[in-house]
Amino acid sequence: MIDLARTPLRALNRELHAPAADAYEVLNPRGAHAVAAGLCHAVAVEIRGHVGYYCAGMNQLARVTVHGNAGVGVAENMMSGLVRVRGDASQSAGATAHGGLLVVEGSASMRCGISLKGADVVVGGDIGAMSAFMAQAGRIVVCGDAAEALGDSIYEARVYVRGKVASLGADCVEKEVRDEHRAEVAALLAAAGFEHDPRDFRRYGSARRLYHFTRGNTY
Amino acid sequence: MCGIVGLHLRDPELHPCLGRLLTSMLAGVTERGPDSAGVAVYGDRRRCPEGYAAVSLLDAPPDLHVPGALVTEAGDTTVVAAPLPVEELLAAVAGARVVGAGTEVTVYKGTGRPLDLARTYDLADAQGWQGLAHTRMATESQVTAEGCHPFSVGPDQCLVHNGSFANHASIRRELVAAGVAFDSENDSEVGARFVAARLAAGEDLDKALRALCERFDGFYTLLVTSADGFAVVRDAIACKPAVIAETPRWVAMASEFRALAELPGIDDARIWEPEPERVYAWQW
Repeated sequence: MIDLARTPLRALNRELHAPAADAYEVLNPRGAHAVAAGLCHAVAVEIRGHVGYYCAGMNQLARVTVHGNAGVGVAENMMSGLVRVRGDASQSAGATAHGGLLVVEGSASMRCGISLKGADVVVGGDIGAMSAFMAQAGRIVVCGDAAEALGDSIYEARVYVRGKVASLGADCVEKEVRDEHRAEVAALLAAAGFEHDPRDFRRYGSARRLYHFTRGNTY
Repeated sequence: MCGIVGLHLRDPELHPCLGRLLTSMLAGVTERGPDSAGVAVYGDRRRCPEGYAAVSLLDAPPDLHVPGALVTEAGDTTVVAAPLPVEELLAAVAGARVVGAGTEVTVYKGTGRPLDLARTYDLADAQGWQGLAHTRMATESQVTAEGCHPFSVGPDQCLVHNGSFANHASIRRELVAAGVAFDSENDSEVGARFVAARLAAGEDLDKALRALCERFDGFYTLLVTSADGFAVVRDAIACKPAVIAETPRWVAMASEFRALAELPGIDDARIWEPEPERVYAWQW
């Protein structure tokens, strides 16, 4: 157990980077930045309270749970492992993440999954505007609603939304949901621990009109 | 980058703690703006007694004399409170650089480390029902007390801004043509003058800030306060951060959660991020 009211943040992160234990509990984060960032061992970290920017950024292998809200860029550039936010997440949750699973049990703010590169993101509530912007690979499952400009300039990431979508961004379109997609949603919901009917989700992705150069784009 | 904090206390039992709470909030945004800090305190009757008006001046002239006035020096800022109507007090200090005036608010500005400035302003000892603070990391103009927020250009009004306006020069020209005078070249002052003109025309904070969203281009998270209001708004892209927290005892906003972490009852507060181009206004 490490109490951030008494232990400097850098001492916590140094310990987590070369862990002597398999599991850690972190108390009193009080919005501190970069809590449990850069982990690369299969440890479990339970953080009791709200964290600031870039919590669990660059995560590899570790299982990090935030029992509270997370600030900007939670699990940004994650490579593997599991990051779970019990509350809400601020902007750019899971930005550029390559692998692993990010679960936000509450809602995620704007730009969720921006430039996603292969990770999976499951959000229990809503996601904010401009989410999945330029998302290249990976899956985003949203159990609530999506705000404006979902999937603007999206590449090959797949987005599933159970609720309403306020508007789609450039080159993002609704697509047919086939059995393989329902199976994919069911697996991600199960991994995240949410009980919804996969048939309630709609699929969104790239129309592929924007990122291919065609004769129509020549001058 | 800049830091914003604001606190409106609904519970009168907390009024004696305003300064202490605001200081803890300021401490949470010092890294966002280490070069200067400004503060506004509403309702501290030792700074602006009942029946008095107060003006905050920068570099007050040494020969300043207002009969019956309570004069407090706090670094670059001098607060003059006197048992006069606001207009008469402003006339009595004509020629000095006024950075705040009203019957509720006292404004403090200065350059240096925010927590050093908090001591200069005696912030920890402040009492009252509302306050805000801004820490500045200047990117486009000099580090001076004038460039420090809040911009207080209407009676008991304050505006603090994180971001930059792109079309402030055009709007400044329109306001100047309409007879509005400016103190600085600062883009945030244009926002403050715009809001003040709207409020003077009878609009409430909600309507004034929705008009601001329509007219202003650029990046902004704004906190605007008045004698009867507390309001937050962000631009359409909303890349400048903001968090709002609310309990039955208070409403608070800050650039980051860590500025709110010490508030009493924060664990039970409703905490959320304001959505783009939506005005969150509390008026009473």
